[in-house]
Amino acid sequence: MSRENSFHGPLADPAADAGHLGHPPRMGFFTDTSVCIGCKACEVACKEWNNVPEDGIDLLGMSFDNTGMLGAGSWRHVAFVEQERPLGRQDAGLADLPTGPSRSEAAAETVSRALPVAGRGGGDLGTAPVHLGFPSFELPGAGTGAQGRTEFRWLMSSDVCKHCTHAGCLDVCPTGALFRTEFSTVVVQEDICNGCGYCVSGCPYGVIDRRPDDGRAWKCTLCYDRLRGSMEPACAQACPTDSIQFGPLDELRERAARRVAELHGAGVPEARLYGHDPGDGVGGDGAFFLLLDEPEVYGLPPDPVVPTRDLATMWRYAGLAAAALLTAATAVFLEAGR
Amino acid sequence: MGSNMAEAHPVGFQWVMEAKARGARVVHIDPRFTRTSALADQHVTLRAGTDIAFLGGVINHILTNDLSFREYVQAYTNASCLVGERFEDTEDLDGLFSGYDPRTASYDASSWAYESVPVEERPGGRAKEQAAPYQHGSGGPPMEGGAQGIARDLSLEHPRCVYQVLKRHFSRYTPEMVERICGVPQDLFLDVCRAWTANSGRERTAALVYSVGWTQHTVGAQYIRAGSIIQLLLGNVGRPGGGVFALRGHASIQGSTDIPTLFNLLPGYLPMPDVTHESLAAYLDGVRRPGQKGFWGNADAYTISLLKEYWGENATEENDYCFDYMPRIDGDHGTYRTAMDMVDGKVFGYFLLGQNPAVGSAHGRLQRLGMANLDWLVVRDLTMIESATFWKDAPETETGEIVAQQCRTEVFFFPAASHVEKSGTFTQTQRMLQWRDQAVEPVGDQRSELWFFHQLGLRLRRRLAGSTDERDRPLLDLAWDYASEDGEPSAADVLRHINGIDLRTGRTVGGYTELKADGSTACGCWIYSGVYADEVNQARRRKSRFDTGPYDAEWGWTWPMNRRVLYNRASADPQGRPWSERKALVWWDAERGEWTGHDTPDFERTKPPDHVPPAGSSGPAALRGDDAFIMMSDGKGWLFAPAGLADGPLPTHYEPHESPVRNLLYGQQASPVRKVYGRPDNPSNPAPPEAHGEVFPYVFTAARLTEHHTAGGMSRQLPYLAELQPELFVEVSPELAAERGLTHLGRAHVITSRTAVEARVVVTDRMAPLHIDGRVVHQVWMPYHWGQVGLTTGDVVNDLIGVVADPNVFIQESKVLTCDIRPGGRPRGSDLVDYVEDYRRRAGITPWTGVRIVTAGGHDGPGHTEGDPWEGPS
Amino acid sequence: MPPAEFRSYYGRPVLKPPVWEWRVPAYFFTGGLSAGAALLAAGADLTGRPALCRVCRLGGLGALLASTYLLIADLGRPERFHHMLRVAKPSSPMSVGTWILVAYSPGHGLAATAELLPAALRATLPGRLLRAAGRPAGLAAAALAPALASYTAVLLSQTAAPAWHDVRKELPFVFTGSAAASGGGLGMLLAPVAEAGPARRLGAAGAAAELVASRLIERRPGLVTTAYTTGRAHRLRQASKLLTLGGAAAALTVARRSRPAAAVAGLALLAGSVLQRFGVFEAGVASTRDPAYVVVPQRERLAAAEGERSGR
Repeated sequence: MSRENSFHGPLADPAADAGHLGHPPRMGFFTDTSVCIGCKACEVACKEWNNVPEDGIDLLGMSFDNTGMLGAGSWRHVAFVEQERPLGRQDAGLADLPTGPSRSEAAAETVSRALPVAGRGGGDLGTAPVHLGFPSFELPGAGTGAQGRTEFRWLMSSDVCKHCTHAGCLDVCPTGALFRTEFSTVVVQEDICNGCGYCVSGCPYGVIDRRPDDGRAWKCTLCYDRLRGSMEPACAQACPTDSIQFGPLDELRERAARRVAELHGAGVPEARLYGHDPGDGVGGDGAFFLLLDEPEVYGLPPDPVVPTRDLATMWRYAGLAAAALLTAATAVFLEAGR
Repeated sequence: MGSNMAEAHPVGFQWVMEAKARGARVVHIDPRFTRTSALADQHVTLRAGTDIAFLGGVINHILTNDLSFREYVQAYTNASCLVGERFEDTEDLDGLFSGYDPRTASYDASSWAYESVPVEERPGGRAKEQAAPYQHGSGGPPMEGGAQGIARDLSLEHPRCVYQVLKRHFSRYTPEMVERICGVPQDLFLDVCRAWTANSGRERTAALVYSVGWTQHTVGAQYIRAGSIIQLLLGNVGRPGGGVFALRGHASIQGSTDIPTLFNLLPGYLPMPDVTHESLAAYLDGVRRPGQKGFWGNADAYTISLLKEYWGENATEENDYCFDYMPRIDGDHGTYRTAMDMVDGKVFGYFLLGQNPAVGSAHGRLQRLGMANLDWLVVRDLTMIESATFWKDAPETETGEIVAQQCRTEVFFFPAASHVEKSGTFTQTQRMLQWRDQAVEPVGDQRSELWFFHQLGLRLRRRLAGSTDERDRPLLDLAWDYASEDGEPSAADVLRHINGIDLRTGRTVGGYTELKADGSTACGCWIYSGVYADEVNQARRRKSRFDTGPYDAEWGWTWPMNRRVLYNRASADPQGRPWSERKALVWWDAERGEWTGHDTPDFERTKPPDHVPPAGSSGPAALRGDDAFIMMSDGKGWLFAPAGLADGPLPTHYEPHESPVRNLLYGQQASPVRKVYGRPDNPSNPAPPEAHGEVFPYVFTAARLTEHHTAGGMSRQLPYLAELQPELFVEVSPELAAERGLTHLGRAHVITSRTAVEARVVVTDRMAPLHIDGRVVHQVWMPYHWGQVGLTTGDVVNDLIGVVADPNVFIQESKVLTCDIRPGGRPRGSDLVDYVEDYRRRAGITPWTGVRIVTAGGHDGPGHTEGDPWEGPS
Repeated sequence: MPPAEFRSYYGRPVLKPPVWEWRVPAYFFTGGLSAGAALLAAGADLTGRPALCRVCRLGGLGALLASTYLLIADLGRPERFHHMLRVAKPSSPMSVGTWILVAYSPGHGLAATAELLPAALRATLPGRLLRAAGRPAGLAAAALAPALASYTAVLLSQTAAPAWHDVRKELPFVFTGSAAASGGGLGMLLAPVAEAGPARRLGAAGAAAELVASRLIERRPGLVTTAYTTGRAHRLRQASKLLTLGGAAAALTVARRSRPAAAVAGLALLAGSVLQRFGVFEAGVASTRDPAYVVVPQRERLAAAEGERSGR
């Protein structure tokens, strides 16, 4: 067995790796999106507890999602996905109705087309689509039931910082503002952060961001203050359906495996876990998910990798390039000396 | 059904999710696919306003296929009771029941009575003016001689027994008819029938959940009756996992009917005295007939204890316990009537307490015009809501109909303390009282309602001190002596008084059975009696279900008597044994000679199951050992309501007041007893058989979003909520979007004969068109939380809705109407008035539109207009 | 617009587009320029090219001061710049780079200050000491200059931005090449033709390295390359290519004879370097704004891994 690497691959005890001795077990979230009702209580509870500012009162046209994405001003984000496909054995009750073709894709397209001209390509929270719709096109079969949509499902999922085993944000932070807590979570110290912005680009999930008016980087702390007071994070406590479950990561992983098996048994083969695998590109997430579709459908990267995995290669090539530069600089004078 | 539980009651929905995780099948029947549907096993789209047709179809399915829980039905319902010979059904009268008076548009219910029960004729016009049926509340209506035995046929074969009447009444509610009326494909409908019946019976139970999607209709009470009939037929009442769950509109709305803010009720569903009640005895006889059985038989103890609570030592037997101090009602004093009276200059002052009618009530325009015509208006709220600022920024100021400089109303705004800034109880949807302690001190001048009214009382009494005017006595004689905590009246002490006090010992009573009719007890609300038993605030208990068992017996306190399941005697068979081990709740313990179980038994504790009361007994003593429905005057669950409802003994499908289609079942189009207010300022869209319905071709329904709170006063001001649903929108199906040229995120406006409102368009697959009797009908949905103040503002959706009401409880029909929708913004300023006027002209709308309510049998009934509306269309 | 079929959440970016703006690529340029200049200055010092040495030391100092300003001004909380010095973190190229800069600056600063010494002070003791220290200081700076020129490539690659991370092998050569080209350009622009030979050769060599490495990036298979070959990044880099190519060709030809030509060629190399940095920066930003750059390659990677597993 090779030595565990602090920069990538499975790591049994991130807190110990970060130097915590006699620390509590690794704590995390298991977000079971199959029971999420999209109430957004997590978003509100998080903002209330953590004093996260309002970040844009704009109608986004993304189903019921008017938050847009995670960022400095939203540490929980509930995604809403409307799809023309069935959910397990659910009957959407559309069969034999005088429906035409689905417009879920078209609605998404309306938003998507507006994004390139929006702030940071829609990378800003609550970026309102600036282009207000485009002319509706012909709907063949509308009202005839001939080519009508018969399937529908509405997915909801509360996203959060993943508290990676190998956290890109933490790795690149030049000030030590980001640190690994004794619970193995990843937290920004707001009195240290100088707003260099490196973590924003270091995160393979697009979670952490800088507040324009404040200059510092912010993200979910997994309610570090509450954890230290033996309380569960605000979002988990507010979640009415236990879609957000908080606890020791080992326990959560077992629970999640059982839940997937249960859903498979109940005719929902598309249920899958995301971020649970210590063998993945970030060494597994401290906050992982049960999803009902591909991760990218929820705005999650399908195979994220912590950039640090390739750090050695980068320095090696940088060293080669530096050496080449030094050599060239010497050579240009040597030649001259001849 | 009629409930978007996941969105409107997300906290309660956790139990639905838990049940689902344990294998329960969740079916959601709703005009649109909501967050509830997203988590359900099955979603059924139906046309708004057709639930009775659907439920009637289920009843017909149960009866035709003999799928009822026979033993339960025989033992605990009135299925076997014989209905009198004078009764005529809607099948006989083209949609009317016997006893109809087209002049007053009301029923004389005497012909609906049981065969053996003598009833005098009672024209219904007056009752309809007072929402009298609702006054009977949970008690059921008085029924003389009920204890003397009712003619029955336990074989359920007699043609006039309730079971057969029911069967005949719903015989044409076939799957085909359900499909044609509701737009629900037959296969889907039968799936629901199968799921419902398969999950009911001895071993299994099914729960029915509804919310304001059911109540806010001209036939709202009958929606619930229809659901209850199914649950009774299937044995799903009084049993674990069964029931009819009324999810209330928001926190403590249950409390505000228990201790009511309604004009026609007193605490504990005692009716408000009316002008005919000249003495306490006369009033009590109106509540319970002499000799009536059931717990309403003790209404005298409840009423006298209430009067003792109000007037303390001043209430004596000699002065009829100050009964004469009680105000009397003499007609409709409901919120909509009052708004119209304000417009008409009959009302001078108005209190608004946590209510924002300028946004939250149907026909917001009428509300605002009414409020603009007062001498004074008191608004107590957390923030400056639209009902406090209408005089300067109402939509009518845009159109020039209200001019700030000329508006005569003086508005007094009092900042209110929020629920975390004061202690007190919430009574939640499951009748549970939960105490909350004050978390923080209110800021500035913010005060609790309790403080406000206590102070108002003190100051009024100070002002009137020494008055010899007889009319001031009720106020001066009030027992206004609550203990105080830090200068505030103590909410705990108020709760103690609500619980009731034995005046001889000064200690709290243990429950309503200890209340006396001799003036020796005082009790503010008899059904809450026991909440302060043993001088302990039982509502403050917080013992987890993991410590107390599945019924959370020590978590808060549930009325009555901390009973979690009402009528739970029905969970055992007539002999007192659980119907099945799986579904055991309470049972008769023969050895100890008492009822016992997991819940507080809803039955006299030591009355054995085989008890037969001696002849001549009345009240609770008259209940047999198998009369599970102890509040009912015959001890049975009512499939057929022989009295007590203004609109018929059985639910009947009527089209909504505004509907795009003709009633396919009867000549009678809509409820023949609905309350209409034919006034120029309250126009209706035409509905068949009236012409020009095509001007408003779409079905409109409105509801809430999780992210906002009702009229928005508590959410549009909060950035964390405002950003989650930042703008008013209208949901349309892709098909309707194509038909009207609407684009996702574009602008559109929705028009009715009242006004037009503008919103952003959301085109979504969650809305679907329906086939209704061979034509495609589209539905349009809007949330109604917006108004002109707050962090996010928008048009008032309730302005689209006119006022027409259910005759039982006077609730407005705000869940279904007709509309048109057009792309682009609405006209602004006075152009809006012209625009809507043009629509009215095209639709031929006059004050008579929609108010000729009798359409059965080719009748051309009178128009029910108010006084002298304008002379014909202008 | 990438042609590949992929799914996304309303087309929203998966990654956060960088919060960095123009100051960061500008810093890459000035840092590289300073490093290239420092190298030339040291060589010139050792080989007796005082004019070249002087302009490179001074030009390099200017670039260094600009770098320092850019680095600090780009912070969300510039007053907290010193927090960078709390820790030394090998996993953070920005931390490493800060320390490189900290180590590099005194040497280069000292050497340049020596050049700035007014004639009146040269004879004084401090003046003599300073001039004596100039050479070792300049050499020390030169020793660190390659690190200064190359770490910025790691800084970009050590991010989740696909267009930066994926070119982690090529980018150091682009950046050091670009540094050399700009350093050479500076020398050609400011030094007399006679002394600028090494500058011309360094400029040309750097340009060649940059162009080759840049070409390698463009020839990489996969969607991410599109971030470099389309849009703004493409236009910037096309212009950079032309300028660099032209500058290098001129350096080896006309610039040897004509001072004006040398100046133009030097400017071309400098401009090419600026545009290269902005081009690379833009490519990375573009690759975060469009979710395709994240989803498609990761999907392909998963599919390949899946194929490998099932193939075994």
